[in-house]
Amino acid sequence: MAEGKEALFSKQNKALLSDPLNDNNPISVQVLGICSALAITVQLKPAVVMSLAVLFVVIASNVIVSLIRNLIPGRIRIIVQLLIVASLVILVDQVLKAYAYDVSKELSVFVGLIITNCIVMGRLEAFALANGPWKSFLDGVGNGAGYALILVLVAVFRELLGSGKLFGIEILGHKAKTIADSTGLYALGYENNGFMLLSPMALITVGLIIWVQRSKNRKLIEQH
Amino acid sequence: MDFLRKKFDEIRKPFNKGGKFEKFAPAINSIDTLLFVPKHNTHGGAHIRDGVDLKRVMVTVIFALLPAMFFGMYNIGFQHFSQLGESTAILDCMIFGAWKFLPMLLVSYGVGLAIEIAFAVYNQHEVNEGYLVSGMLIPLIMPIDFPLWMLAVSVVFAVFIGKEAFGGTGMNIFNPALIARAFAFFSYAPQMSGDKVWVADASTIDAVSGETILGQLAAGTDTSWSVLDMFLGFIPGSVGETSVLAILIGAAILIFTGVGSWKIMTGTLIGGAAMGLIFNALGINELMNFPWWQHLLVGGFAFGAVFMATDPVSGAQTEKGKWIYGILIGFFAIMIRVFNGAYPEGMMMAILLMNVFAPTIDHYVVAGNIKKRKNRLKAA
Repeated sequence: MAEGKEALFSKQNKALLSDPLNDNNPISVQVLGICSALAITVQLKPAVVMSLAVLFVVIASNVIVSLIRNLIPGRIRIIVQLLIVASLVILVDQVLKAYAYDVSKELSVFVGLIITNCIVMGRLEAFALANGPWKSFLDGVGNGAGYALILVLVAVFRELLGSGKLFGIEILGHKAKTIADSTGLYALGYENNGFMLLSPMALITVGLIIWVQRSKNRKLIEQH
Repeated sequence: MDFLRKKFDEIRKPFNKGGKFEKFAPAINSIDTLLFVPKHNTHGGAHIRDGVDLKRVMVTVIFALLPAMFFGMYNIGFQHFSQLGESTAILDCMIFGAWKFLPMLLVSYGVGLAIEIAFAVYNQHEVNEGYLVSGMLIPLIMPIDFPLWMLAVSVVFAVFIGKEAFGGTGMNIFNPALIARAFAFFSYAPQMSGDKVWVADASTIDAVSGETILGQLAAGTDTSWSVLDMFLGFIPGSVGETSVLAILIGAAILIFTGVGSWKIMTGTLIGGAAMGLIFNALGINELMNFPWWQHLLVGGFAFGAVFMATDPVSGAQTEKGKWIYGILIGFFAIMIRVFNGAYPEGMMMAILLMNVFAPTIDHYVVAGNIKKRKNRLKAA
């Protein structure tokens, strides 16, 4: 087997980690997992928690499926994968409920919906079924991080411009009822952008990220 | 004129090929063609000779907008002084209105054109004139006390996302001016709705209540405005949309010069009237009981029908499609007004919605035409 001879962090393996961050980003290039990116990026905290949850599920399911890939009958592989993913998601959900109840409530149905996150199933189908556990692990880390990167970027935009906070801490000053009582930018008459709190703005922010990324990275532009 | 031409050529020397500022050629070109008639002539071959280019079309629309703009400026002063119980001399009102409105116009043009020129320089193409009209429309559809920096942010959003993201003038699927208003509406709701934003300085004067007619209806109170006021425009509202008379003058200019489509305008009126009649027949709440023909006089209905729906880029292109497009705009505008009290300005939503469907309408009109011709061919 080739795997034995290959160094742990060979060039190929490093690419598994770095590709999903830019050239092959699951959200901005493959446009997967958009629903959750739209729904839970109003604030940074749930976005970070969601990113960690997805990171865990992608890595764990990738490794597990990769370990048993030769035992899974091709015909029922989707069901087997779903079972694994679903158990992992339930695990995450229970942990969140136990240790971070507030965030878990905020994320509500979207934790459960990680099961249907295209990134998870996509990596299982496209990668874990055909590669060894170490490579699958790296692939999971890369794709989870690529997802997290965009999620956090969008959430920073939306929370900062939409409510003037990051992680719930007032960054742009305190907004009181009148301008005279306010501090920071609000004392100058600045107002939060309510549109940022609505989901269309998440879509537009993702669109802007895609725009910037493609104008920097010209090979991503599709030919018609 | 030769003297001026020479002077300008001197200024633009560093921008010419090989010059120091060659990169910024599109910026200087746009100023050049704005100030002087371009010298490009057609050579040889058959051409349809027509003096109308994009610049002339845009200037025509601006002329059509002038009555609404000047009345809007007057009305700003009129609303302000009459609410305060002070004298409403025409000159005072005009000066007060101009003092309030011109900064908005300047911000809109300044910010919008700066982005347009930046994009033109970056992409090395010529600056298009598309923003000339949008830049004037945007302040006309905003409430008068809208903070200037919010206006600037809305303009940035409209030009960036509404236009340049789609490829610039002529490629946008939404009307950029309405994008600016929609963005402002959802972003800064307290500054875009309610009873304190439609009369200048109302937020600092307790006695003033400047609720628009649609706002009053949505709140279930009776309106105190006469029908003549609604028609002439002596009512609170966004800057340019109050006077149906001034808008009709603009409509006449647009139709006479062939710049605006009379089919879309008439279609919108028919659609709005039809929906108004249906709701009058049902008559469940205050807004439904509002007479159908008065629906057409208030809010941005007339302004939207004449200046927004007829945008040749984002509207329907086929002749039959224009009717369908217009009628559906009128239909939805009244429907949104009546059903959703939170969005009294249904016209904006209706036009943006139909912008999305305009290509679909055109597609089916064309497909229907092809089918009809094929059948004719078969029969023959």
